[in-house]
Amino acid sequence: MKVLVFLEQRDGKLKSSALEALTVANKMAKGEATNVAGLIIGDNVAALAAEVKDYGADTVFTANSDGLGKYNVLGYTAAVKAACDEFKPDVVLGIASPMGRDLFARCAARLDAGLLTDLVDIDFNGFSGGVKPMYAGKVLANVKFSGSGLKMATLRPNVFAAESSTGAAVAKQLNVTIDDSKIKTLEIKKGKSDKVDLTEASVIISGGRAMGDASKFEILHSCAEVIGASVGASRAAVDAGYAPHDMQVGQTGKTVNPQLYIACGISGAIQHMAGMRTSKVIVAINTDPDAPIFSVADYGIVADLFEAVPIMQEKFKELLK
Amino acid sequence: MKVLVLLKQTPDTEAKIQISSDSKNIETAGMKYIVNPYDEFAIEEALQIKAKNGDCEVVIASFGNADTKDRILKGLAMGADRGLLINNEGVENADSLAIAKILAGAIKSESPDIVLCGKQGIDDDNMHVGVMTAELLDWAHVNVVTKLEVSGDTAKVEREVESGQVEVYEVKLPALFGAHKSLNTPRYASLPGIMKAKKKPFDNKTVGDIGVDLNDVKASIKTSVESYSYPAEKPAGKLFKDQPVEAMVAEVVKLLREEAKVI
Ligand SMILES: Cc1cc2nc3c(=O)[nH]c(=O)nc-3n(C[C@H](O)[C@H](O)[C@H](O)COP(=O)(O)OP(=O)(O)OC[C@H]3O[C@@H](n4cnc5c(N)ncnc54)[C@H](O)[C@@H]3O)c2cc1C
Ligand SMILES: Nc1ncnc2c1ncn2[C@@H]1O[C@H](COP(=O)(O)O)[C@@H](O)[C@H]1O
Repeated sequence: MKVLVFLEQRDGKLKSSALEALTVANKMAKGEATNVAGLIIGDNVAALAAEVKDYGADTVFTANSDGLGKYNVLGYTAAVKAACDEFKPDVVLGIASPMGRDLFARCAARLDAGLLTDLVDIDFNGFSGGVKPMYAGKVLANVKFSGSGLKMATLRPNVFAAESSTGAAVAKQLNVTIDDSKIKTLEIKKGKSDKVDLTEASVIISGGRAMGDASKFEILHSCAEVIGASVGASRAAVDAGYAPHDMQVGQTGKTVNPQLYIACGISGAIQHMAGMRTSKVIVAINTDPDAPIFSVADYGIVADLFEAVPIMQEKFKELLK
Repeated sequence: MKVLVLLKQTPDTEAKIQISSDSKNIETAGMKYIVNPYDEFAIEEALQIKAKNGDCEVVIASFGNADTKDRILKGLAMGADRGLLINNEGVENADSLAIAKILAGAIKSESPDIVLCGKQGIDDDNMHVGVMTAELLDWAHVNVVTKLEVSGDTAKVEREVESGQVEVYEVKLPALFGAHKSLNTPRYASLPGIMKAKKKPFDNKTVGDIGVDLNDVKASIKTSVESYSYPAEKPAGKLFKDQPVEAMVAEVVKLLREEAKVI
């Protein structure tokens, strides 16, 4: 089986989850690196190919052009199509990031391929399908490809482990013509923080309505600093204007999957839990011993968060000294 | 000007999702359905575009079962002008690309200037259908839109991505946009609006009616859900209370290192 992996980069940095997808691809190809190829799209990205050396792919296609410096779905789709024409894969894999999800849906329609999105488990043997959370994680669906055409899939970040495996990762330039008459990327505005995005973070500390004010989020940021966490929020906190909406975790916010999720002053509404219940370890701090969040917490602390969080920060600091 | 909104009905966000005894389906009996929450932002945006462009029709289209009519009526009650329901009888198992083929057919026969949809259905959580429909039409699309400004035959659009980054696009119309939550605040349907909705034009069509071959669509289905299961229940956690906060926090931090091994 031949597998092409879209290796996502932003600002010249490869996403760590790209290596997860590459590892999955190598397992699908039963360790035969000749049957695995990477694809890096962007401007000045040829050197990135070397970074995936020893991750199980012999070839890394690069689509390198000024017109691809900023994400533009049509330019990127043309690049994926060019790589498919050249490599003729049976499977195209990517990660379920904002870019991956957008690009793969467009490409599946262009290439008339079956598409499974946000997989958390897969069948490595012949890749007949996998498992994907639906209804905001309330159920898991066992999804399958039918028919014999091209299979495309995105994997949820932080679920599959990246493992090294022989692979020469020789770069091979693709020629892609870019037509920006329908859509042009004018600019990419930077976020306020250079923190890891919530969807990729391995530790998250979130605040709810109990924060009471935007400035109070500072105690979460300060604690997050110590443990390298990203800061999230409940919708109540976002709607009240305490936090920007890209920090929202939940059904109408982000689905996160960290190693550790610390919920502070969040009651645990079903729509919030939908976005964080798959976190490996959950800590909840809440003054109400009956708060529903405690039902999913591995460790619950019934306490005032304004008292508990600064102490937690000190304890983490001592531990990590 | 014409704006077409793609709407799907989904279970209520509060709904308990029950798997059928043979694991093959989600139980529908007694389920409360709503307009997919993101599609409400799409409807609101269409109505705001209409308010700014005097001569503008807003059409709401869905591919779904007969009940979906009530969801479209909600959009008409909010202020949209016309409803179009393409009945899914016989192709209830259509996957995203098959649905996109049908919707692209409907859009071709309507030839709107702008199509709005939700960024994602909260049932399958896919983010597929809008994007795929745009590709089949050979239009540009932007999904996860947080800001949309239309002027003449172009639009300036903002799309939210990770870490608070925002991609800014200039897009040539016709084009498709998938609404994110912060795009606007959807209005409520007023009582007179609800009364009027029932009198607004509403077309019930079959897949064949919009010029798409049902058998072609059936033959093109490439993915399916074979069965469902519930995520594994977590064992009960440890709850600390009625102790000095310092002691409880110290204990939890210690457990995070020694038991859970995540710090
Ligand atoms: C369609 C729809 C989509 C939604 N999507 C989302 C979503 O994506 N994400 C989301 O989060 N919500 C979502 N919601 C909203 C959700 O239903 C809840 O309203 C929301 O999650 C509540 O946020 P909260 O827990 O911060 O606030 P509350 O429910 O008000 O809880 C505050 C908690 O703080 C505790 N508390 C108070 N003071 C302190 C203190 N000093 N120290 C410690 N604890 C304290 C209280 O005991 C309480 O448990 C959605 C709702 C709908 C209808
Ligand atoms: N059956 C359908 N009929 C009309 N619009 C749909 C349908 N399915 C999905 N959509 C639109 O496509 C968006 C994305 O859906 P999904 O791909 O299911 O996540 C939704 O928010 C709707 O606007």
